[in-house]
Amino acid sequence: MAKRVVITGMGIYSCIGKNLNDVKESLYLGKSGIGIDEVRKEIGFRSPLTGILEIPQLKGKLDRRMRTGLAEEGEFAYMATLEAFENAGIDIEYLEKNEVGILYGNDSSAKAVIEANNIIEEKRDTTLLGSSAIFQAMNSTVTMNLAVIFKLKGINFTISAACASGSHAIGLGYMFIKNGLQNMILCGGAQEINFYSMGSFDALSAFSVRVDEPTKASRPFDRDRDGLVPSGGAASLILEDYDHAIERGANIIAEVVGYGFSSNGGHISQPNDHGSYTAMLRAMEDAGMKPSDIDYINAHATSTPLGDQYEAMAINKVYGEKCPLVSSTKSMTGHECWMAGASEVVYSTIMMQNSFVAPNINFENPDEHSAKLNIATKTIDKNIDVFLSNSFGFGGTNSALVVKKTKTK
Amino acid sequence: MSREEIIKITNDFLVEEIEVDPGVINANASFKDDLGIDSLDFVDIVVIVEKKFGFKIKAEEMSGVTTLGGFYDYIESKMNNR
Repeated sequence: MAKRVVITGMGIYSCIGKNLNDVKESLYLGKSGIGIDEVRKEIGFRSPLTGILEIPQLKGKLDRRMRTGLAEEGEFAYMATLEAFENAGIDIEYLEKNEVGILYGNDSSAKAVIEANNIIEEKRDTTLLGSSAIFQAMNSTVTMNLAVIFKLKGINFTISAACASGSHAIGLGYMFIKNGLQNMILCGGAQEINFYSMGSFDALSAFSVRVDEPTKASRPFDRDRDGLVPSGGAASLILEDYDHAIERGANIIAEVVGYGFSSNGGHISQPNDHGSYTAMLRAMEDAGMKPSDIDYINAHATSTPLGDQYEAMAINKVYGEKCPLVSSTKSMTGHECWMAGASEVVYSTIMMQNSFVAPNINFENPDEHSAKLNIATKTIDKNIDVFLSNSFGFGGTNSALVVKKTKTK
Repeated sequence: MSREEIIKITNDFLVEEIEVDPGVINANASFKDDLGIDSLDFVDIVVIVEKKFGFKIKAEEMSGVTTLGGFYDYIESKMNNR
């Protein structure tokens, strides 16, 4: 029999707050985390806009061997995971004695790769890279390091699925637990925020250039949107078998009830509405729900002209005239890329816990497609029983998750 | 560079960068058993020595070096033979 899968802990390290409480406040107030990185101007970026996020100082918190293998996104993930395990009431003694897995989304470690290559070019000697370069540079850097730091003994791998990585990580964690293969998995997504990681994305002219108004640059679904704003950080969730959570007396935050996925089979960067439509339908079908059961949609909408248009078309196709409240928290956070699918489940769950819908800030004028959606232009105090979170990525990978308030047996 | 300077620089980087407990540092200390230095730490020590002393450690020259005192001797001999 399929197991129920619940969220028993969450942690967040993002440009709108470095813990759950600060993020809750930012979401409620509609506070933007976007600013300018002057270095990007100097080195030839088309857009210097980015989420602004401090790098955590881990010296003194983690011993050297555990600390030095962490690339920037791993440092963010460590901070988010510390909070998530604490939130779940899980300490290191529990982790040493029990089998806990990790499935985390990450799709680059550009700074580590480029800096190591710079040393090789300068010194012409790989032995002068030191021992940590390899552990920072691999795509699986987050899972390999967190598994060591937190002594994890269950399933352990990284999900690389572009901007849907974090969402698929939760979806896979849900499937492993639902099928009885694991009873607790750390899931999440991490995204480096340094300029090295964003140069090639900037090359596509996909970023907003509204540099005179950084906090207004990310404006998903707005008629005058001109591109996304890259951002980063990490989000962690503890997924757990419901019975296991009850048995250990855990605080159950929410329940993951549906995972839908699809691939567009089309263009590498341009989206279409069919793939995202399929993912949403599958997630609701998996949850045993119909469109009218959804109270809130956390849209993928990144503020690009085409991406938002196709998502609006897909949402309209699924929900029609009875569209639930929709907002894209990327209007505040920017596009957290590999992390976004996980962070947006954290953001939406915070809204569900506190009975409000965070605003899609900067939505001033609709276009013909977004006019058909029920977009939250300001914070709305409202009970949310069920939400759906969309995440889409390059290559046409799509993921949708349905999460609901938990009713104990 | 005097032996005293070599000892000071070496002890300082072991404490600051390799994060060895200052209380276990003495000339008779074993790299592995007393200082807790493993093979990965040694990869980093190669990098640090190149920065601090300007030469690259060769593994084959270090094969007989097991104590911190022996490591001071090795660095001193490399510095004197430049």
